[in-house]
Amino acid sequence: MESLIGLLVGFPLLGAAVLLCGGKRVDRTGHWLGVLLAGASFVVGAVLFLDMLGKNADERALHQHLFSWVPVESFQADVAFQLDQLSMTFVLLITGVGTLIHIYSVGYMEHDERRRRFFGYLNLFLAAMLLLVLADNYLLLYVGWEGVGLASYLLIGFWQHKPSAAVAAKKAFIVNRVGDAGLAIAIFLMFTTFGSFAFAPVLSNATEAGEGKLTAIGLMLLLAACGKSAQVPLQSWLGDAMEGPTPVSALIHAATMVTAGVYLITRSGAIFNAAPDAQTVVVVVGAVTLLYGAIVGCAKDDIKKALAGSTMSQIGYMVLAAGLGPIGYAFAIMHLVTHGFFKAGLFLGAGSVMHGMNDEVDMRRYGGLRKYMPVTFVTFGLGYLAIIGFPGLSGFFSKDQIIEAAFAKGGTQGWILGAVTLLGAAITAYYMTRVMLLTFFGEERWRQKTPSADAPSAEPAAEVHGEHGGPHPHESPRSMTIPMIVLAFGSVFAGGLFKVGDSFVHWLEPVTQFEHGHPPVSAAVVTGATVVTMLVGVGAAWLQYGRRPVPVVAPRGSLLTRAARRDLLQDDINHAVLVKPGEYLTRGLVYVDSKVVDGLVNGTAASFGGLSGRTRRLQNGFVRSYAVSMFGGAAVLVAATLLMRAV
Amino acid sequence: MSPVNYVYLAALLFTIGAAGVLIRRNAIVVFMCIELMLNAANLTLIAFSRIHGNLDGQIMAFFVMVVAAAEVVVGLAIIVMMYRSRHSASVDDASLMKL
Repeated sequence: MESLIGLLVGFPLLGAAVLLCGGKRVDRTGHWLGVLLAGASFVVGAVLFLDMLGKNADERALHQHLFSWVPVESFQADVAFQLDQLSMTFVLLITGVGTLIHIYSVGYMEHDERRRRFFGYLNLFLAAMLLLVLADNYLLLYVGWEGVGLASYLLIGFWQHKPSAAVAAKKAFIVNRVGDAGLAIAIFLMFTTFGSFAFAPVLSNATEAGEGKLTAIGLMLLLAACGKSAQVPLQSWLGDAMEGPTPVSALIHAATMVTAGVYLITRSGAIFNAAPDAQTVVVVVGAVTLLYGAIVGCAKDDIKKALAGSTMSQIGYMVLAAGLGPIGYAFAIMHLVTHGFFKAGLFLGAGSVMHGMNDEVDMRRYGGLRKYMPVTFVTFGLGYLAIIGFPGLSGFFSKDQIIEAAFAKGGTQGWILGAVTLLGAAITAYYMTRVMLLTFFGEERWRQKTPSADAPSAEPAAEVHGEHGGPHPHESPRSMTIPMIVLAFGSVFAGGLFKVGDSFVHWLEPVTQFEHGHPPVSAAVVTGATVVTMLVGVGAAWLQYGRRPVPVVAPRGSLLTRAARRDLLQDDINHAVLVKPGEYLTRGLVYVDSKVVDGLVNGTAASFGGLSGRTRRLQNGFVRSYAVSMFGGAAVLVAATLLMRAV
Repeated sequence: MSPVNYVYLAALLFTIGAAGVLIRRNAIVVFMCIELMLNAANLTLIAFSRIHGNLDGQIMAFFVMVVAAAEVVVGLAIIVMMYRSRHSASVDDASLMKL
């Protein structure tokens, strides 16, 4: 069985190699090859999963040592895999959702002439992501970590002819680099502290190192997680990443890659458990991001950006849960999996809507689409019910557990965290209801003529499809709807399945440990409060967007709305705090370089040049002037000799 | 008369010779001034020889005379050649060697 682990990574890697190197010869069949290899990887994952289920909980972890990568004295970097329950969960999520999205992309990218390349990148992403979760040491994890960053960059900028996409890709890459530096420093620290960076020695010896060092490692790991998972303060790239094709947003920027940070924190649980200060920072980051993402999600009119805000917010929940320690790890991963289902489903739904609406992303130009896209409506609706935590659907179970765990943190902290998570749940319900109402209910605003106010921005689209006088919403082809249906099933049932007999928690317990949290109030009260806040959020959204007609042009809005539309000024803050001082610094350095360094060098050269220019005049060719210098020199020598005598 | 006076005379002759070399343009005159300087040097050699009471300086003076004679032969030849090609004996006209 161990030998199969390599195949998990090998299949998509092979696909990427064939698709990216094959050239035009594989253009016609390339996308099916990509789907096939992703599916093969999923089948291997499923076989390994069934095999794992048949074993005792303690014997489930598989190890495979492929080869020694850099064997130098005490520095032993191996390419070795470890497949335990946590990795298995990720493998199934990545390959399962990945395969579905591969199938969806066949339809979605049908008219793109670079479809083969797109599938090559998707396969590359799968390979890198699987490497990330299967690695048995931090260095190999880092390889996968960089690999997914690369794939993300390539896919965000897939339509690089659009300047906005090219800029967004660069932004994602650069912001992620900050986090990657954190991971690299964490690995350095581990090596100096433990003499190794393999999971087993580092994590089992974690308690022996000093708390200060563990806190440093934990904070650096958190920095890495912030970059990859778009947590405050490195969150700015995720909204712009929506420039990529929608399947990419669904797979990479909702279901899998952005959850790598949560994986990293959960995997390094032993370090965080021994460093309470780092844990507190993790919790704070999670809480801030969950509110931040939710508020941004409320104000965006772009359907994908609203969902991106929501993704940030939901990952904030996971990070918060992971920061709670053993009472939260399992729930973080559980929410991660259910979120993978419903958020991927929501993104695919959004893609389907855009597909039927001439790539229009402004929700204010949607409305009443439920008649035209019944399958999209139902699957999106189920995903919607799941994410707001409607009782019985998967989001309800996973989010409710996190809220309970937040209260169970205890003391004032517990109350604050509980309140924040509850507030987040209410805002989640609000913005998701808003998306739902704007898109599928209300007037058919896409029939309205474009108001002259924002005509310049909308004109190119109107020209292209102008002869029909607006979009003709239609249901998407079957290759797109089937993955949405499967994901909708997952959104509905996954949570309940995990909850029955706490099966998911017991499954992960050998890896992540588990302690029962005891909330200060009974679990039923917390659940009740969750449902009530959720209903309040839904009601508020209905009052604002369901009962009244929605203007096609966004009203100016309050100060908060306007700030939230600009992502709560994240870019302005980054600009003011990082970009501007950076510019001044480089300008200063350029000034110092050109004036001081160059000045010194050029000045020396110029002074020698000038001096020799003067000296040259002595060589005037007149014998008498040479004679003067001879006499002068002789006189000086005589004078010097006399002077020395006198002294 | 004290032999030191010959040294003063030599210094005077040398100064006149040096001034002539620096100031005059005519190559012949410059040449004669050089001779003057050489002979001033000879005079000091002989004067010091007399003062110290040995013959080293006088022997040295003979050497100088021989060298001066050889120099006159070469120098006059150059001046004559220069005058032939340029119709001038001015040392300032021969300034082509500058940069």
